[in-house]
Amino acid sequence: MTTKTLETKPKRIMNQVAPTPSAENDSTDALDSTQYAIEAEKLNGWYGDFQALHEISLKIPKNQVTAFIGPSGCGKSTLLRWFNRMNDTIFSARASGDLRLGDIDLLAPSTDVVDLRRRVGIVFQKANPFPKSIFENVAFGPRLHMQLNKSELSDLVEWSLRKAAVWKEVKDRLNAPALGLSGGQQQRLCIARAIATGPEVLLMDEPCSALDPASTLAIEDLMDELRDQYTIVIVTHNMQQASRCSDKTAFFFEGRVVEFDTTETIFTKPSSQKTEDYVRGRFG
Amino acid sequence: MNRDVAESKASSTTLDARASELLSRGRKDLAITRIKEIVIYVALIACGFFSLLITVSIIGVLLTETLRFFRFDEVTLSNFLGSAEWTPLLGETKSFGIWGLISGTLLVTGIAMAFALPLGLVTAIYLSEYAPRKVRDLLKPILEVLAGIPTVVYGFFALMTITPFLQWLHGGFNVYNAMSAGLAVGILCFPTVCSLAEDALQSVPKSLRDGALGLGGTRFDATIKVILPAALSGIISAFLLAVARAIGETMIVALAAGSRPQATIDPRDEIQTMTGFMVQMAGGDVSNFGTEYFSMYAVAFTLFLITLSLTMLGNVVRRRYRETYE
Repeated sequence: MTTKTLETKPKRIMNQVAPTPSAENDSTDALDSTQYAIEAEKLNGWYGDFQALHEISLKIPKNQVTAFIGPSGCGKSTLLRWFNRMNDTIFSARASGDLRLGDIDLLAPSTDVVDLRRRVGIVFQKANPFPKSIFENVAFGPRLHMQLNKSELSDLVEWSLRKAAVWKEVKDRLNAPALGLSGGQQQRLCIARAIATGPEVLLMDEPCSALDPASTLAIEDLMDELRDQYTIVIVTHNMQQASRCSDKTAFFFEGRVVEFDTTETIFTKPSSQKTEDYVRGRFG
Repeated sequence: MNRDVAESKASSTTLDARASELLSRGRKDLAITRIKEIVIYVALIACGFFSLLITVSIIGVLLTETLRFFRFDEVTLSNFLGSAEWTPLLGETKSFGIWGLISGTLLVTGIAMAFALPLGLVTAIYLSEYAPRKVRDLLKPILEVLAGIPTVVYGFFALMTITPFLQWLHGGFNVYNAMSAGLAVGILCFPTVCSLAEDALQSVPKSLRDGALGLGGTRFDATIKVILPAALSGIISAFLLAVARAIGETMIVALAAGSRPQATIDPRDEIQTMTGFMVQMAGGDVSNFGTEYFSMYAVAFTLFLITLSLTMLGNVVRRRYRETYE
């Protein structure tokens, strides 16, 4: 099978789940009519009594890579985990303010988190493949959300693995355990797994912090490839990474957004002294 | 200024001398430490070998007395392994068919496991994956209390409470019956299954839960499709340990199951298990040291072989299904 046919086929499969704006009704029109994927307005977040987020207001542009930078404990991962409500798994976590994905209120208790997490995929700091085969890992999401026959499923798995630039390395051992892969391959597998559910937004929480430079580069290239179709938000401690692969950068400090601008501005002529000190490596 | 330097120089030379004195003493202490280390090492080896010695001598006694049993004229191996008629006390018409006792043990164990395994696993899943922390903090100690009740208490609970209840439900239950004993053994094993299975579920890394939830799985999806398979080896170990415990359980069956060995699958009937028979023998029902007395060792040895093979099966299963998460 050639790459050409695969590029189109699985997309059609996914369109049944996440239809394109033209074919869809007004519920996703609202999202597509703006140029922002996620909008936060005066968002406050707590873990128990500790306030981790203060008055966060920012708009994540669609189909771009947005980087969150800042010293450890500054709230960037916390904010990321509110974007798809992963914080629900943390007992003491709560938030107030306004956080929207298109017209969906992300903080409303009534929000269907299952559907939300299909639309807003997440890749964690440490690769967390399930103790299953490579194929089953990628097929996990589609099996949950879609009714696919065998060949449709295997096409979708292949497409996802190709998208995540790991297909060549695993195509001959799809039934081998995913835990036998190297760290970098595991992380790309996790990206493939996230892509396979057809998300609009891809959240990446320090996806390269446990990887060697070659794997890191592979994942950065991958983000570059993916930005056409996905809105990507990446948390990173690596200044070079943020400057290399993001379009916009938000600098966080002590639970607040100090500065949010184009990456070029943040790294060349930031308006805040704090930002400048951080990106120059003077603290953090 | 100069004086300060001189002073600090002087004090540093005395400090040097002091330090070298202390360090040389430290070297002597090192020798003592080494001797201590050797003493501890020997003590540890001795303890290790002591446990080995106990195991070997118990097996040795069981084996020699079992061989003694088979040397009696009235005992044949074909009768022992090929019959379900266990009547060692019937004078002239003695028969030593071990299946009469094994069937009793299996019936009680089967009833106990049919009760304890599903209930234990479901409770473990609830506690590990669903229960709010407060509920969990309340339920876990209660389960531990349940595990700490002496088995003789379960025994008379079976005889005085479960059996009358069963008889009230259905008239066909004997005063001594397999069902009552089986249920009590099941209640006994339930906390074991529950707590070990819960440990197995809890040891699955949170990152796998997050992974499943992050892909849009419900809590049930995460539990059934990811966490349970990942914890499988631990859960199977918990099951096998519970089975071994049920097979070896003695007081409950001695009190509630009766003393009539027979190969039956009717849970209303009086039966006798291997352990129950041994209690009867060792408890002094026979005073002479004849065949029936030594038959106790043959039963004990059989029981030992059964639990040993379960333990080995457990090890194989653990190795076969072990998942490494990293």
